[in-house]
Amino acid sequence: MSGPGEQGAPATAEPPGARDGDSGALLQVRNLVKHFPITRGILVQHKVGAVQAVDGVSFDVGRGETLGLVGETGCGKSTTARLVMRLLDPTSGEVRFDGRDISRLKGSRLKEVRREMQMIFQDPYSSLNPRKTIGSIISEPFAIHGLEKDSGARKKSVQELMETVGLNPEHYNRYPHEFSGGQRQRIGVARALALKPKLLIADEPVSALDVSIQAQVLNLLRDLQREFGLALIFIAHDLSVVRHMCDRVAVMYLGRVVEIGTGDDLYGSPRHPYTGALLSAVPVADPSRHRSERRLLTGDVPSPANPPSACRFHTRCPKAQERCSVDDPPLESKGTGTLAACHFPLSSEEIATIGIGQSG
Amino acid sequence: MSAGEALLRVEDLKVEFPTEDGVVHAVDGISYQVQAGKTLGIVGESGSGKTVSSLTTLGLTRRQGARVSGRILFEGRDLVSLPEDQLRAIRGNEIAMIFQDPLSALHPLYRVGKQLVEAVRAHRAVSKAKARERAVELLGLVGIPDPAKRVDAYPHEFSGGMRQRAMIAMALANEPKLLIADEPTTALDVTVQAQILALMERLQRELGMAILIITHDLGVVAEMADDIAVMYAGRIVETGSAESIFAKPQHPYTWGLLRSIPRLDSPRDEELVPIFGTPPSLISPPSGCHFHPRCPYAQPEHARIDPQLEPLGDEPSHFVACLLEADVRSRLWSELGAGGTPEEALAEAGLKAAEGSVQTAADGLPPGADA
Repeated sequence: MSGPGEQGAPATAEPPGARDGDSGALLQVRNLVKHFPITRGILVQHKVGAVQAVDGVSFDVGRGETLGLVGETGCGKSTTARLVMRLLDPTSGEVRFDGRDISRLKGSRLKEVRREMQMIFQDPYSSLNPRKTIGSIISEPFAIHGLEKDSGARKKSVQELMETVGLNPEHYNRYPHEFSGGQRQRIGVARALALKPKLLIADEPVSALDVSIQAQVLNLLRDLQREFGLALIFIAHDLSVVRHMCDRVAVMYLGRVVEIGTGDDLYGSPRHPYTGALLSAVPVADPSRHRSERRLLTGDVPSPANPPSACRFHTRCPKAQERCSVDDPPLESKGTGTLAACHFPLSSEEIATIGIGQSG
Repeated sequence: MSAGEALLRVEDLKVEFPTEDGVVHAVDGISYQVQAGKTLGIVGESGSGKTVSSLTTLGLTRRQGARVSGRILFEGRDLVSLPEDQLRAIRGNEIAMIFQDPLSALHPLYRVGKQLVEAVRAHRAVSKAKARERAVELLGLVGIPDPAKRVDAYPHEFSGGMRQRAMIAMALANEPKLLIADEPTTALDVTVQAQILALMERLQRELGMAILIITHDLGVVAEMADDIAVMYAGRIVETGSAESIFAKPQHPYTWGLLRSIPRLDSPRDEELVPIFGTPPSLISPPSGCHFHPRCPYAQPEHARIDPQLEPLGDEPSHFVACLLEADVRSRLWSELGAGGTPEEALAEAGLKAAEGSVQTAADGLPPGADA
């Protein structure tokens, strides 16, 4: 069995996904690996394999920047976010936040770092304690970190936060069930902002919301990010939403980043066949532009417990050749802006057949 | 809508559920029709009544104690008044349905093949062996690899996309004339969604069935539907051909839906314009136009007058239920469609802003949230 994280790219100081000449990035993720053991046995458990949820992921997030993580179910995007937050311990690899490696921190030093990064979850119904008032939910970060001890000052801070996210501060004493889905997501955002973090991670923040409510929350996140200069990792499976929200986008497949670049480059000229297939699959709300020639992927995502050799996409890739199953492609520039891990990147003719409007 | 007799014709359908909190007016007098071999897309958010109306078509709201009025004519037979045993002969046979969540719609303890056999034998007097052959054939038809082996698998051994394919196979078991698909791809990844939509289109071509697709996703209806009905708070607010609805949408709610989703083919920095507030309670829906509390263009009298679906002057098959004048609507949409905000559109159309709506739009609070 090969060692974890041995993707084509070496672990040098300038890894794939880093932005040009930017050493002062807020977050630097290097060769991050998370393997969940698969065990058998009742009393004595022995390991019989591993789910390679994240397998050698590297990227940077600059201050105030938004990085989108996209990919299908099971590609490792949420696990990556949890590793960055240290809600999970990485198997190997580094997470550098503000210049220092936090991937092995413990106890009070970890707690200190966690003040700087906060998370917003997908389901606004299960991520709020139904027995607590909104006021106590939003002020919980203060309690955990021993801040704003004076109750009057704490209440004032909470009400300011509520106002910031567009909630009525008078609703301080109400319970989560009295709020709609969109308002609950605002409560989650207020709680995440309480400690004035530098990095916010939003894991599918709008996918549980109705269409008309989604835009409210997306606009709120964008406004807050501009106002507070927050860095944001935005995880979503909806490619249109990610394009709208993000400066740069990383496309993940089976635990790896297969393509990364600025939104304009990645959506304008995607080079990895998987990115192309994802974009091609998005239905466009315009009946006059019905795309007859879609590049439909066949089959399903293979199991991350037993991923294909070398390039993990080769089993479903329309362009795959012999080499793709033996030689792992490194994440590297293909000359059009993005970095892609592919031996046979899409040509400009193939990009044109994806059929996405090039307006704007 | 062509002159030929429609396969399914729904007339003034009302569905109400008496509850402890009051009567829920889930569907409030809707009419639509589905032509044989064509696709109607019903678009709306949660609570708009789109699912209840289709469940009622199959008589699936009867046990919930729903009060149903109006007519649902399927090839001339009224499904609302049809006795249960006759309805059962239609359900799963002439009209089939697929649901959003294939995991909960398949029985976890029975093999997929057995469930397919059951669907076939419910309506056909064939031997188990024959039905099993048909099950294998159906799995192959929906693109499940190695169907002869997969027929003995349990649902948990299938991926999400394969489960939805199995659901479609089950729905197709008796070659229905009408397939009702309720959010068939919402739980699926975008690549799998594209596969399932392509599959439904192919099967429609090959089998000539009509499809009623229910979704909140405007992209999905644009790809699939010939005709579209937009539902809000239990009513159809706009209906017409897909081309006409997307080319010149008429209802402010439709505009709201169109402007609140980011699109791959629009400029990246285009501002999203959310519909402020939240969908109304169906126990006590707003008076007059149900949308008026959330409508940036509503005028005071819109809270009193019930709008009726009326045809457009230049497009008689395109109907809208809106109290704004046609020329005002076209001025509003020309501004909005070009990326303008509701405020700019109001100025362009020379309208006065609805009381408080613009301010509430800014902070996103539903009207009346401030006690």
